[in-house]
Order: sequence, then C-alpha cells, then structure tokens
Amino acid sequence: MIPFRVTTTIKVGLKSLMLHKMRSILTALGVIFGVCSVIAMLSIGEGAGWEAQQQLKLLGRDNIIIKSIKPPEEEVANVERGRLINYGLTYKDAERIATTIPAVKVVVPMKRMDKDVYFGARRVTSQIVGTVPWYPDIANFHVARGHFLTFTDMARKNNVCALGEGIAKKLFTYMDPLGRAVKVGPDYYRVVGVMEQRATLKKGSADDLNLDIYIPLTTARERYSDINVRITSGTFQVERVELRQITVTVNDVKNVPTTAKIIRQLLKRFHKKVDYEIVVPLDLLHQAQKTKRIFSVVLGSIAAISLLVGGIGIMNIMLASVTERTREIGIRRALGAKRKDIILQFLVETVVLSAGGGVLGLIFGVVIPLLVTLFADMRTIITLWSLILAFGISVAIGVIFGLYPASRAANMDPIEALRHE
Amino acid sequence: MPDKIAEVIDLKKTYFLGGVAVEALRGITLAFNEGDFAAIMGPSGSGKSTLLNLLGCLDRPTSGSYYLGGQDVSQFSDDELSDIRSKKLGFIFQSYNLIQQLSVLENIEVPLVYQGASPAECKERSTKLAEQVGLGGRLKHRPAELSGGEQQRVAIARAIVNDSLIILADEPTGNLDSATGAEILLLLSRLNEQGKTILMVTHDEKVAAHARSVVRLNDGWLVDGGTKAE
Repeated sequence: MIPFRVTTTIKVGLKSLMLHKMRSILTALGVIFGVCSVIAMLSIGEGAGWEAQQQLKLLGRDNIIIKSIKPPEEEVANVERGRLINYGLTYKDAERIATTIPAVKVVVPMKRMDKDVYFGARRVTSQIVGTVPWYPDIANFHVARGHFLTFTDMARKNNVCALGEGIAKKLFTYMDPLGRAVKVGPDYYRVVGVMEQRATLKKGSADDLNLDIYIPLTTARERYSDINVRITSGTFQVERVELRQITVTVNDVKNVPTTAKIIRQLLKRFHKKVDYEIVVPLDLLHQAQKTKRIFSVVLGSIAAISLLVGGIGIMNIMLASVTERTREIGIRRALGAKRKDIILQFLVETVVLSAGGGVLGLIFGVVIPLLVTLFADMRTIITLWSLILAFGISVAIGVIFGLYPASRAANMDPIEALRHE
Repeated sequence: MPDKIAEVIDLKKTYFLGGVAVEALRGITLAFNEGDFAAIMGPSGSGKSTLLNLLGCLDRPTSGSYYLGGQDVSQFSDDELSDIRSKKLGFIFQSYNLIQQLSVLENIEVPLVYQGASPAECKERSTKLAEQVGLGGRLKHRPAELSGGEQQRVAIARAIVNDSLIILADEPTGNLDSATGAEILLLLSRLNEQGKTILMVTHDEKVAAHARSVVRLNDGWLVDGGTKAE
C-alpha cells in the first residue's frame, strides 16, 4: 500500500501540471520530438539496411561473381556497323578457376544471348542463358515443374530448355509447356521444366529475369559459337563473348577474401585488358553493415541531442516553477513536509512531463515509419528495443533533469522561503 | 504545578551576513507552561521573530538547548524537526500563508497528510475543525474566494488540526482591520480557554493585551517577563 502522504504529493504534482496545460505541453515537445525521431530514424535505417542485406544474401555470402564487361576503349571505337569485338571471360578461365584453386567448391559458367523465342504465333524477346545443371543450387532458384537441365543433356548437347515463369506464361498461357517445343532462330528446344517465380525489380522490362530461358552450356556453345548480335537504339553491335558470367562458390566463407584475390591475379595474368569485373557479395555485405552502423550512430546522436535539449527545456521550466512557488514550499515545510516530500512533488512533475512526452513520441515514432512505408514505398522496421530504449531514456531524462530543480526546492531555507514574495 | 511545555536554556542564534556575524539572540533562558497565552514583544531587530522561528523548529540554535514537551530538540535532524512540526506545532502567519491551489478543506488537512494520517482521518478531522471555526459551508472554496478574516480562520483550523502542543502566531492580526482582528483574537482566547498554549509575536500593545502574559526582548536579550526557569 502506498502511503497517503505519497499519493497526495503525487496528486499535487499532477495538479500543478494540469494548471498550466499549455506550458506543460510546450515543455514536453522537446522530449516528444526526441523520442519520435529516435524511433522513426532507427526504423528507417533498419529497413534500408535489411533490404540491402537481403539482396546480398540472395547473391550468396560464399559466392564470388565474375562478370564480363565491355572494355571502355572499345565503346568509343565501335561506331562503324558490323565491327566485331572480342572480350570477356573464357571457357579456359572457368577451367583454370575450377582446377587450380583448392578452396573453390563449385563453378557455374553462364552464357547469355538476346534472342526472340517463338511458340506457334507467339513471340517473346528473351535472353537465352546457357548454363550447367548445378546452376539452380548456386542461384537458389529452382524448377517449379518438371526438372532442370541434366548431365546427360550437357554431355549430349541436347536441345532442351527450362523456361522462366514469365516467358512460360506469355507463350503458353494455360497450356502445359512440358514436352512442347519452342523455337529460337532455326532451332527447336523441348521444354523440360518451368522455373519458379523470381523476385525482380524490373518486371516487364527487357531485363526481367522471369523471361529468361535456360539451355545447356554445351548446346549454346555449339549453336551460337559465342557470337552475339546486340541491337541498341539505331546501331547494332556484334560481339564475341565466351562466357558472360562465372559464379564461384567457395568451400568456406573464411576463404572468400583470399580466393577473390587469387582469382583476381589469375585473370590479370591471362587477360590483356580489364574486360571483367569481380563482385564479392561478402565484401558488399560487410560494407552495407558498416554503413548501417554509421547511419544508426549518426541518426542516433542527432536524436540523442534533441532529447538532451528537451531535458534542458524541462529543467529550465522547473527551475522557474520552483522559484514561482517558493512561498508554497516554505509553507509546506513549516507544516511538516520533509525534504523528500518536496523532492517527490517536483520530481513527479518532471517525470510525468518526460514520460508523457515519451509516450506521445512513441506513438508518433511508430506512425511516421508506417506512413513512410505507405507513401514512399520504403521498408521500415520498428524494433522493440528501439521503443524500449527511447522510452527508457525519456523517463531517465525526467529524473536527471528534474533532480536539480527538485533538490533546490527541497534545500530552501523555510524561513527565507516564507519571506519570499 | 503546571507542566512546562517549552523551555529554552541559554539559547543563542548567530547569523552570518556577508562575513559579518549578527547575534540575533544572545542567550535566552525562558519557559512556558501548558495553557499559557504569551505575547512576545520588542522593537525591530530585537530577535522576537528569531525566537519564534526557533520555538517553531523552523531553525536550529547556534548553541543552547530547547526542550519541547520534555524532549531536547535543539540537535534534531531536518527530518526529525519536520516530524515535530507536523505533529506538535501549529503556525499562524500575518499573511495567512494558505496554499492558493488547494481548497479550504485541503488546506486544513496539510499537517495531517505530512504526519502520515489516513485519508479518512484527514477528511474527518479537517471537516470538524472547519466547522469549529465557522467555515463548514465553504469547504470547497479557494483562498482567493475568502476574506482576510476567513482565511486567517482557515489558518487557525490548520494550526490545531494536528492536536498541536503549541500554536505559534506571528502578527496574526497585522493584515486585518480592527473589527476582524478582534474576532480573531477572540477565537484565539477561546482556544486558550480550552487549554491550547499560544505564543504570539506582536508589536501592538493593544493586541498584546489579549494575551495573559508578556515577554519582552531587546537587542537579543530577554528584558522582561516569562516564567523563569528553575
């Protein structure tokens, strides 16, 4: 049971706050803003960080992705039509990486070509991806129906294909694609599987991954002999690229940095120009985490400073309030109030102000990220610990910044106080 | 033989104002009996307010002792003195000193609350005392809605709600006109007849006449009156 003198003192403190409603609200604004900004900013930061990390996780923490890129000098020189450019990763590169580096567990080479795919009268502009049977495991991207390309298909250079979910729907609508054949150029490919849907940001565009079709690497090499014709805005370019991409899986995440270094040296030795690019998702992941940490610290600091300012505002008002009520303090002391009664009376005011501001700040702090997600289409993650942290700090601010004015009130000499105006 | 309710022995109080020592009381030895109604008089600077503050446990003496109800309170801690004030003493001030945001009833209750009484007890006693001073019908009013005389009556009720040993009054009629002042002094006399001990500081001889004994101070010394200690 809480003693009557304590509940009465608390009521006195609350009553005093209610007497000056406007003043109380304005004083609490600092804390409201501080708490709100801590929660809102942290949740926006968490959301941004999560998206980035998810993207990178899809690429694979223990993967190294090597891509062929057109060397910049060629771009300028290739103004004339029909000029053949030779660049990029080779089959030999893939072989060397697979055989000479012990930490390499899996190597997935890939070819890509722009082609139109036909079924009956329907046509879809697509990208043919020539790859190996173990591609789905690396890319974490599996068949929804049927099966993927097999070792036999590779060995025999069979004309089989697996369709992306998007292209299957466009060419076959409600018919079952399995067993039927699609036409690419003069060749027919029997459909052996349909891939699951893949999340992509570029839905409907030419880069939509769901519009790809997968054929065995050996078949692609035989049929298209590395020549690709690219038609872009008016001109066309003819290029010879053996492999567009090699995805390397390392046997252990620990070995990723050294393996990347070895691959870099290996490619440098055998390539005259820099016609490749090495992407190490692990590095990017670390980068993203570091960025998020810095982001959180900066935002957190800004929010902390605004909370501090809020606390100073409370202390300021309380000091003025204490001076205003000097007489009352003297009277209460004369009637038997102990120092701790006076401290409690004023501390109640500051704690209610800061905790009340904290609750309001919590509400706004939760609403704002929801609005951001709704209108800006950015993911935000409101974590429980940020709520607890922000509220806890707001209460602490009430106590810390309230103690000084409260103790000044309590330590007043009652006689002096009674003499006050 | 009446009981000695308050006794001071060689009481001294020295203040330090900007490095200069001011001797407000230079060694007062004095005793009051239960049921006394004493006026404490003297010119400004005589130390009468200082004496009242010390008797009211609002301040501690520089040296000497103060026995209140048989206890030596001169070296009590701040918390202990606060307890004494809420349980054994009652104050009446020249400017009433009621708490503006509280109602009449809540004002009278204050000493009881700090004493640690239960809510029921607080309400019951305060209501009874409000009626005793003739303000039973104004319990919910604020001090600002009362006249000076009425406010002083609330202060008196507050001073006796805790069954105090002594009522200490500092110029209780100073802010009142002569008619209202007379009413208040009459109320105090009636309380004294019922057995309350009252010590009243005043500079007005006419007011002092309502008391039953007079103590005179001058320049920190006791110059007249009071029951001398044995």
